[in-house]
Amino acid sequence: MTDAPSTIAERSADMLARSTPASIAVRVRGLSDRVIAWLFITPTIALLLAINIFPLIWAVYLSFTNFRANRPNAEIEGVGLRNYQRVLNDADIWIAMQTTAHFVFWTILLQTVIGFALAYLIDRKFRGHAFWTTVILIPMMLSPAVVGNFWRFLYQPQIGLFNYIVSYFTGIPPSSFEMLGSVTLAPWAIIIVDTWMWTPYVMLICLAGLRSIPDYIYEAAEVDRASAWRQFWSITVPMALPFIMLAVLFRGIENFKMFDMVILLTGGGPGSTTEVASITLKREAFESWLTGRSSAFAIILFVAVFGLANIYVKALNKVKQR
Amino acid sequence: MSSVNTTAHSVVEPTPTAKRIAGAIVILYALVTMVPLAWIFLTSIKSPPDSISYPPKIVFTPTLEGYCNLFTTRTRQTPDYIQSLPRPTGTCDEITRGRNMVIAGRSNYWPRFGNSLLIAFGSTFLAVSLGTLAAYGFSRFRVPLADDLLFFILSTRMMPPIAVAIPIYLMYRQFGLSDTALGMILLYTAVNVSLAVWLLKGFIDEIPREYEEAAMIDGYTRLQAFRKVVLPQATTGIAATAIFCLIFAWNEYAFAVLLTSGSAQTAPPFIPTIIGEGGQDWPAVAAGTTIFLVPILVFTIVLRKQLLRGITFGAVRK
Repeated sequence: MTDAPSTIAERSADMLARSTPASIAVRVRGLSDRVIAWLFITPTIALLLAINIFPLIWAVYLSFTNFRANRPNAEIEGVGLRNYQRVLNDADIWIAMQTTAHFVFWTILLQTVIGFALAYLIDRKFRGHAFWTTVILIPMMLSPAVVGNFWRFLYQPQIGLFNYIVSYFTGIPPSSFEMLGSVTLAPWAIIIVDTWMWTPYVMLICLAGLRSIPDYIYEAAEVDRASAWRQFWSITVPMALPFIMLAVLFRGIENFKMFDMVILLTGGGPGSTTEVASITLKREAFESWLTGRSSAFAIILFVAVFGLANIYVKALNKVKQR
Repeated sequence: MSSVNTTAHSVVEPTPTAKRIAGAIVILYALVTMVPLAWIFLTSIKSPPDSISYPPKIVFTPTLEGYCNLFTTRTRQTPDYIQSLPRPTGTCDEITRGRNMVIAGRSNYWPRFGNSLLIAFGSTFLAVSLGTLAAYGFSRFRVPLADDLLFFILSTRMMPPIAVAIPIYLMYRQFGLSDTALGMILLYTAVNVSLAVWLLKGFIDEIPREYEEAAMIDGYTRLQAFRKVVLPQATTGIAATAIFCLIFAWNEYAFAVLLTSGSAQTAPPFIPTIIGEGGQDWPAVAAGTTIFLVPILVFTIVLRKQLLRGITFGAVRK
């Protein structure tokens, strides 16, 4: 941003001296920079104000009222902080937050370990690694809802392929366990699909990290006769760490919002064992129609993600600077 | 490791054995993750009884029944009535009659698929156009509070879609935008434009300003310089951004399921609702899923370079 419009204006003024219809050009060009900046940016800002910022402000307002969207004509009363109090004291919501945290933890752990391992293996640059990288990417490009819906079929106890494969390798009868119907297995059913879908993403970012490590560091380590094990832990992992942390951040934010896959696979059930925050929010907002209260919940969620993400980014920057 | 001096390759090059083992593991992983997708396709060409047989069938007679069921609505008829009909006019007609049913009409699949196309391409076009202009503006001119503004806008993406959907739902109801393609296009554009501006600003920052300044010295106006110098240079970046916007809009479910129900419904909320007689008609669901996934599959394979660049670029910048 060192070249402020004034500099450009000066330069254009400079060159105008050389161009023939100078007087007109001065005006057109002198004006146009500011006008163009304005013309270029305004539509985007207007759209974002209308569809991002305005609804957000509206939600903040609603969170202080008892408004219910299914009763648009009822009088709206301010209730102060009562919605926030209720949300924060609601045991169900805390359970939903725990469920979400459980998902975020396991999906990130699995995706990071598998994703990093894959990236490391792909970085051995075996023949055809570019092709197989593309193949591995495919699941993350697909619609979580549409594919998640089909996983419901794969998880069918009697006829599903998943149960069949498990029973083929373990001998457990395929109809003896229900991935989606059992309280203990249902969370894992979702974790498996999420890991299947998003490990490639973590892998890609890790791969970018591994490729950013210059060869000469390994060459130096080789000269010092550092073992491969030593090189891995004292060069590869620390140098790829900022990238790994970045992947964790992105996946963490995404999985905190997890909705599509859960609603289609289990709908939050059985009972409420897989009811993550987004599903509770949907229930409150679009089934119980507690619009004011669910707005308060939405804002609490936003502040929580935003706050956690910011703390995390600070930690990330520290790692980067090391 | 000991043969550092005798081998031709550089010290950091993995040994052939290491490469082979790495390759085998990666290929095994890739093949395992392809199984669910292969199963979607196989199920789509199975007959309903074959699709729910135990053990799952890998060898079977392929049929188009799933696709027929996907595209049509059918009613059950008595065999006598079906006998009395004129000869079947097509494959689907024949298959349907074989199940003692007749085709009653077309299903909503293609209209929903059409909505998906319209909304995805419409919003991508808008997001990329607006995003390119705004990114250029943010990149080349001093805009007050630009960084804070960009960051804040980007951070609204951290909100769960359901949270965003509450006020949007109320606003759209007020303005008659509920269940309209326009409403969905505007919404997806707004969601994508923040990412588009952010990605594209990075790409445009990489283009040296000297190019435009040289063009302007040669007598171009700034607009001409933007069109003839900056835009061609930014093509790769624009393509990468467009792919991201398109994939998001194509795959999106949460907003679609809450804000559309009828005429503007896209395919993702529609596909899970496909049912047959007595439960979910899995071959039809698989057929719908296959058709829905094919464009993205082709996209991923054809445009993998831009895609890879976009993903890693986005990550490295932040």
